[in-house]
Amino acid sequence: MDVRVVNVKKEFQRFAALHDVSLDIRSGELIALLGPSGSGKTTLLRLIAGLESPTQGSIYFGDEDASTKSVQERHIGFVFQHYALFRHMSVLENIAFGLRIRPRATRPNAAEIQRRVSELLDLVQLSGLQGRYPSQLSGGQRQRVALARALAIEPSVLLLDEPFGALDAKVRKELRGWLRELHDRTGHTTVFVTHDQEEALELADRVVVMSQGRIEQVGTPDEIYDTPNSPFVFGFIGESNAVAVSVNSGQLYLADRPIGLHADGAADGDATLFFRPHDVEIVTGPGPSIPGVVVGTRRHGGTRRIETEVGASGQRVEIDVSVDATIGSTGRLALRPRRWRLFPSVPLRG
Amino acid sequence: MAADTSPSRGPIVSPSFTGATTEHKATRWTLTLIAVSFLLLVIVLPLVSVFAEALSKGFATYLAALIEPDAMSAIRLTLTVTIIAVPMNIVFGVAAAWAIAKFEFKGKALLTTLIDLPFSVSPVISGLVYVLLFGAGSVLGPWLKAHGVEILFAVPGIVLATIFVTFPFVARELIPLMQEQGTTDEEAALSLGASGWQTFRFVTLPNIKWGLLYGVLLCNARAMGEFGAVSVVSGRIRGATTTLPLHIEILYNEYNVVAAFAVASLLALLALLTLGLKAAMEWRYGAEIAAATRH
Repeated sequence: MDVRVVNVKKEFQRFAALHDVSLDIRSGELIALLGPSGSGKTTLLRLIAGLESPTQGSIYFGDEDASTKSVQERHIGFVFQHYALFRHMSVLENIAFGLRIRPRATRPNAAEIQRRVSELLDLVQLSGLQGRYPSQLSGGQRQRVALARALAIEPSVLLLDEPFGALDAKVRKELRGWLRELHDRTGHTTVFVTHDQEEALELADRVVVMSQGRIEQVGTPDEIYDTPNSPFVFGFIGESNAVAVSVNSGQLYLADRPIGLHADGAADGDATLFFRPHDVEIVTGPGPSIPGVVVGTRRHGGTRRIETEVGASGQRVEIDVSVDATIGSTGRLALRPRRWRLFPSVPLRG
Repeated sequence: MAADTSPSRGPIVSPSFTGATTEHKATRWTLTLIAVSFLLLVIVLPLVSVFAEALSKGFATYLAALIEPDAMSAIRLTLTVTIIAVPMNIVFGVAAAWAIAKFEFKGKALLTTLIDLPFSVSPVISGLVYVLLFGAGSVLGPWLKAHGVEILFAVPGIVLATIFVTFPFVARELIPLMQEQGTTDEEAALSLGASGWQTFRFVTLPNIKWGLLYGVLLCNARAMGEFGAVSVVSGRIRGATTTLPLHIEILYNEYNVVAAFAVASLLALLALLTLGLKAAMEWRYGAEIAAATRH
């Protein structure tokens, strides 16, 4: 089902958690709400679920205005960071809960419920554990039970709040791939909250980057990574360098020397140049470039990371070069970003 | 692996080594001795003397003191009061704990303080409050009396005073438990389509059942044993408004020591029974209780 968030504002007492947020979620999409803590991502998720009500604005499920509906009426599946399994109920009872509490008219019979539970246990790969209690399961298993429980009521939208946040790195990675697979198989419209950019970029069809109660950017992982539209997104997603430069009639200058980059249409004055460590070339021939002093090199996975200082005030810039490159022997190098973006004014780094 | 199994590589522990929190043997013995002798002197000895005194003139006299009509009436009254007061405090206690632990509202701090009030004021004052409220000089008292409702020096007054005094037990037991458990379980139930009542019945109540049971046991023990507040409002009409503790005092004041201790032994037995029940519960469901109170 499509979900549309329209001009939603949320205030807790006097603190504004969300300012005027709008978002279209397409049917069947797997979407990530990504941001640092306090960015409002969980609040947005809880508003969609109906666990909170917006101070202003509305939320549509399909063509229906769901803003006035209670959480029960919205028919969503919600998965909590700390599972929120009912600890006095077995796995079977947990998964069956949403079906068993239905009024008699719409409640499936016992055999049907048992069939559905078995099916879901298969789906989450926990067959045979239906008699266990939550305390007898590992974290990863608990979260899968929580997911099966949410899926049991055949929700119109599946909402997950930091679903892997409480798990260790290995289980996390495993569950990530598994959730993607599950989504492809069941096709539920799914929204999940995460502060882990790797998780968001790897898993989601589209990523919503949030900061301080606002949506900074919405796009596919490629769009978010390759064309960040604000200093915040550039700083928050992936690694980046920020260098203070000045613009004069479309030419970029660093410490009054042209660096060979042209930004047509950029306003004259101070600006910040953003680029990623791996989007930099070392300039060997003549021509304008950014001169840097090497202050250190480190092995960084399959590449070598070189730390340099550039400009008069010694701004720190990191660049990635191949492991066998012979750079750094002279202590100086000239570099030029291949891909970069210019943002006016002083940015904040994520 | 071979190196690990060779004896020369085994851990070397000096025999005189003790853990940082392990005390010397003498210290342990002294502390245990102090605790045990104190317990014997202050708690066990008096309790034993109650039973000894009660049975000092033989079992027949003991029994006679218990089945005598005034004693029977006191037992009945105490049970009646308990049966009314405890369930009411369960309802009030759960409601108050629910409100305090799960919601944010104005005056929450005030409500929390008010719940503790019966613990902090003297029971005599708790009784006097009702005398002021329903006494002959009050507004409510004469009006109710004109309509045929007796509060003071009658069962309703005793019930009210008992409820007042025992109010904190259930709520106090539940508030920290419910606060620690938070609201995510309830939110999960609601998101699965459960109504408010179903959420309470199937999720909240099972989560708090052990805490609730403790609270009820303590509340029950206190309701049966309450003396001060009840003594003020009861009027001590023998065979009509005397509860067990009041009956004991009357007997004692009449120098009927054996009868007084016989009835006292009954109260003491009830207290022991309560403790026994609690211990049995902890023993039988220990793992489950631990699982429910931890996350």
